[in-house]
Amino acid sequence: MRTLRMLWIGTIMQVKMSSRGTFEIATAMIMPIVQATVAVYLLRAADSPHRMIEAAVGAGLMGVWSTVLFGSGGAIQRQRFMGTLEMLMLAPRNPAGTILPITIATGLTGTYAMIATLGWGWLVYGIRPEFAHPWLFLAAVPACVLGLGMFGLLLASTFVLMRNANALCNTLEYPIWLLSGMLVPITVLPAWTGPLADILPTTWGARAVHEATSGGAVWPAIAWCLGISVACFALGALSMTYVERRARTAATLALA
Amino acid sequence: MSDYAIEADGLRRSYRSRTGWLRPQTTVVDAVRGVTFAVGRGELFGLLGPNGAGKTTTIKMLNTLLIPTAGTARVLGHDVVRETREVRKRIGYVFGGDRGLYERLSALDNLRYFAELYGVPAREQKARIGELLELVGLTGREGERVEGYSRGMRQRLHIARGLLHRPEVLFLDEPSIGVDPVAARDLRKTVADLAAGGTTVLLTTHYMAEADELCDRIAVIAGGELRALGTPTELKRHADGRRVVEVEAYGVAPGTVELLQALPGVRGVQIEESGAAQLLTVQSESDVDVQSDVLAALNGVRLGRVSARQPTLEDAYVAIVSGDGGPARESLVAA
Ligand SMILES: Nc1ncnc2c1ncn2[C@@H]1O[C@H](COP(=O)(O)OP(=O)(O)OP(=O)(O)O)[C@@H](O)[C@H]1O
Ligand SMILES: [Mg+2]
Repeated sequence: MRTLRMLWIGTIMQVKMSSRGTFEIATAMIMPIVQATVAVYLLRAADSPHRMIEAAVGAGLMGVWSTVLFGSGGAIQRQRFMGTLEMLMLAPRNPAGTILPITIATGLTGTYAMIATLGWGWLVYGIRPEFAHPWLFLAAVPACVLGLGMFGLLLASTFVLMRNANALCNTLEYPIWLLSGMLVPITVLPAWTGPLADILPTTWGARAVHEATSGGAVWPAIAWCLGISVACFALGALSMTYVERRARTAATLALA
Repeated sequence: MSDYAIEADGLRRSYRSRTGWLRPQTTVVDAVRGVTFAVGRGELFGLLGPNGAGKTTTIKMLNTLLIPTAGTARVLGHDVVRETREVRKRIGYVFGGDRGLYERLSALDNLRYFAELYGVPAREQKARIGELLELVGLTGREGERVEGYSRGMRQRLHIARGLLHRPEVLFLDEPSIGVDPVAARDLRKTVADLAAGGTTVLLTTHYMAEADELCDRIAVIAGGELRALGTPTELKRHADGRRVVEVEAYGVAPGTVELLQALPGVRGVQIEESGAAQLLTVQSESDVDVQSDVLAALNGVRLGRVSARQPTLEDAYVAIVSGDGGPARESLVAA
């Protein structure tokens, strides 16, 4: 109960922070427009206007993924720069619990990216947000956010261990858009990508959202997404514990 | 249950850093080289030493942020490496400087966030935060974002945060840095009150008067080693048998310090700029009157006030860290 409360307050505070930066606000305003535009033109070229809304949802998911990749991947580094990493680690808690609000907050900021993309699609390109299962869409989005938050935790902890985390961030952005089938259906990808895609919670999150949009079995996808998220959380928590101890040995909690 | 709040036993810490990219080289800095001391419950213990002496490193080993390279330490009987969480529940940490806070949040939000993290029960939070804002004099400004805070205001917010969960042991690493004189006096009172109320405090500071006024005992460390340990009165004995002459001068030529240092009976000379003037502090054997020699050596320099005085803690500190601790040194380390 107290842990839940801490996670809740922590998430609110982290969202508050990221909603107050000029750079973050600018990115959050502009990126969805770009993504909505990309989606529209891709599909116009493909000449399938009836699938516009799916494209818009796919574009929105791409926004979510970008936000989570950079937000979570850089979470620990940013706390270190602010000098708050030491103060977070001094909390008498599992280190995963103190970092999780940060990655859930990036997942939430990502949801905004999705909604904004849909909004722009409607406003500028006249794509009406009509869903096959509107209620399930509302269930799929939080599942997706949670999945991304927990996957983000795993990213956050593994990225600290890698020297070239930023380069890795950039190289991961596009492949995962494709792999998870956010924009194009997985079926058009080579067969070997299948198993790879299946272990990413983003694949199932994206599938759940897609199916809520275009009709299909939403619940199994949600279940898979959450199940893989829990696994990500467990791995992430283990990895965070290891990272914390290593950082105390290597003196990398502080900048100096 | 241990009688001591803090026990450090042969603590060592070295830092490895890699320099160079094409041909990486590892350099090792031995920041702390075997430090042993114990702090009693409710004691206010000072850690003094020059820049780079290893004070912050020692504190971070004790508060679980760094794992010692060798040696062990316990806080309230809990091992800092094996029982990290037990230690963290009971300690507070405040460091000097303006980083370490969430700039884009208000002071109130910073405190609410850390109150949650540090496990302050929900129903106590509001009262506790109000009380602490009052204590550090930020009431009325708590709604403003920290990015608009002055250095001293941030420092006070740091202190409030460190006290949120009523820690039994408090680590204060240069808490008075950037705090104005009146606020510094309030801070000293706060620290003294906490200690009087049973909180154990480990304090580092570069202000000797602050250490002298506050600390029950002081350890002086330099070059990562303990050089002296004792009450302020005991430490002052390191400067026993000394006399101090202070000379205010205008335009001391370079090389004068060396000249004065070479005078018979002189044990140490410091020079300090104070506005247009320079303040020369000359320590000498008490049985030699160096004043006339000093004034003769300063021939031609415009002089202000000249005075002789008894040694202070600062003089003793200078004597200790300059490796010239006098005869009392060994016995004090053993104390
Ligand atoms: N993260 C680090 N990596 C490498 N060297 C370090 C690191 N932190 C400290 N050091 C080195 O360890 C030594 C002791 O530093 P420490 O910060 O403990 O000194 P200090 O007594 O707190 O000094 P100050 O009075 O300036 O705060 C210094 O030589 C410093 O350069
Ligand atoms: Mg220091």
